[in-house]
Amino acid sequence: MDQFLQQLVNGLSIGSVYALMAVGYSLVYSIMNFSNFAHGSVIMLGAYFGFFSLTLLGVPFSVAFFVAALGAAVIAVLLERLAYKPLRDRRAPFLYFIITAMGASIFIDNSVIATIGPTPKTFPSDLLPGFFQGDPFEFGALTIGRVDIAMFVVAAICLALLVFFIDFTKLGKAIQATAYNIKAAALMGINPNFIIILVFAIGGGLAGAAGILYGMKYQVFPQMSAITLKSFIAAVFGGLGSLSGALLGSLLLALIETFISGYLSTQYRDLFAFGILIAMLVVRPSGIMGKNIEDKA
Amino acid sequence: MEYIQGIAILIGINLIAVLGLCILTGFTGLFSFGHGGFMAIGAYISAIMTARLNLPFSVAILAGGLSAGLISVFIGQLTLKLKGDYFCIATMGFGEAVRVILNNVEYCGGARGWADLPKLTSWWVVLLLDIVCLVLTWNLINSRQGRNLIAVREEELAAQMAGVNVFRFKMIALIVSAVLAGVSGALMANYLQFLRPTMFNMAKSTDLTIMVIFGGLGSISGTVLGTILLVSLPEVFRNFAQWRLVIYGLAVIVIMVGRPKGIMGGMELTPAGIRKVLAARRAKAKLEAEVKAAEQGDAA
Repeated sequence: MDQFLQQLVNGLSIGSVYALMAVGYSLVYSIMNFSNFAHGSVIMLGAYFGFFSLTLLGVPFSVAFFVAALGAAVIAVLLERLAYKPLRDRRAPFLYFIITAMGASIFIDNSVIATIGPTPKTFPSDLLPGFFQGDPFEFGALTIGRVDIAMFVVAAICLALLVFFIDFTKLGKAIQATAYNIKAAALMGINPNFIIILVFAIGGGLAGAAGILYGMKYQVFPQMSAITLKSFIAAVFGGLGSLSGALLGSLLLALIETFISGYLSTQYRDLFAFGILIAMLVVRPSGIMGKNIEDKA
Repeated sequence: MEYIQGIAILIGINLIAVLGLCILTGFTGLFSFGHGGFMAIGAYISAIMTARLNLPFSVAILAGGLSAGLISVFIGQLTLKLKGDYFCIATMGFGEAVRVILNNVEYCGGARGWADLPKLTSWWVVLLLDIVCLVLTWNLINSRQGRNLIAVREEELAAQMAGVNVFRFKMIALIVSAVLAGVSGALMANYLQFLRPTMFNMAKSTDLTIMVIFGGLGSISGTVLGTILLVSLPEVFRNFAQWRLVIYGLAVIVIMVGRPKGIMGGMELTPAGIRKVLAARRAKAKLEAEVKAAEQGDAA
């Protein structure tokens, strides 16, 4: 029972970071209908922004967190403007968007490897606020790491703000309308270019937050961008393009992963993640909450 | 001389896999992140057959290709009917899953790798298979089936309306590309004499696709050119190894934004293809001259 609770807590904390990643990815998918495979690189850059502003600039942690989110948002918007916008203007086929995203991801990851180097960097604990110093909290037999609590709380606040923004503000409604039908939304006076920039900025900001949290729990390294694979799986699991689906999918995926690594073996954790993906595609390709995606044509 | 021959063999081995992707991505418009996985299957099956079972190399190559093809049928059944990115994400998951499984198979060396495989791949085997594969893809693309593939790429809905079974042709493209990737993997295993699961990671899959994009989507001669360039360039510029992928990534974006057809893009380097391009140029020049003449006439 103790081990069960322990795995549950671990799963929830890592799941909340997956959710931060998957939501940004899903938002972009819902508007543009393509997988932004460069999302992982934005997460990785966010982690580096946070790390370097903390260690090199010596700013307080709260500012470093803000820099990570803002920097990642800027990168995401730049990516949209420089790489995807010309394709949209030309009404390029869907294939070109994926290839461009792949190119961007290779470019960003390897630029970091070539300049900063592939060695992982650990957040120096003496630069983190007092809350992160000291032993993990203990509740009976249950130990909860301080970073885990921060991950869960920060992710919950960010996601709550996002849900509020999407559901209760005019801009959020505009995003929903654009996701539903981009042409009709444009005819109603919503500027699709502005909405797309906004969506990339939100997705990038959440990616930066996810990056710095993930970097604190583990380390910061260029191959970090590969963990977005998990957020893709989570998004498919929950239903591509659906925000609540991305949330639910992330939490479930993380829980399944931690239980597998807790009870079976860490080696098979990733295999199960892919197994879930395949199983989901067989049983219900639209995911838990997704729209029907069978090609009607 | 041996060094150059070594590079030539590597080009030839990669070319087989890249030709498969040329059909899948260049002509059918499907994007895969997982062909490293198919290559790995071909490589490991062939290695088991030659190193453990002492079967002839020809059987091993055949088995490597066919087993990759069989698995592609399964992946295709699951994802090719779905719209959007499911195929991409599933191939990505597939490629990684193959790698994770191989990491845990101690029979094949596990994550540490598998050394001392018999060296059976010689330059003439590679050359022979390259020619066979080139002729096959060329004939496929220029056949009725090939035109259907292009129709699927250009406009799925219209192709379906015109009676093309879109699912079936996507499946054909996927199977052909997987078989070729498997064959290429089999040759690779018995040339390098060493296998490790990380050799077939996602970077390998994207490397193969980048060769297709460089050469030009929808051009077989472009694909050959792209493969020759991208396999031999890193050998020439050894010192820039760490910047290689930075440049590749940037080049992919620039190509997609600026010249999405790559070096060759839709053109073929054959007498007929060159004549076609020249004829188009002449027609354009003639049209421009006529327009100019008409304008002068107006002015007068």
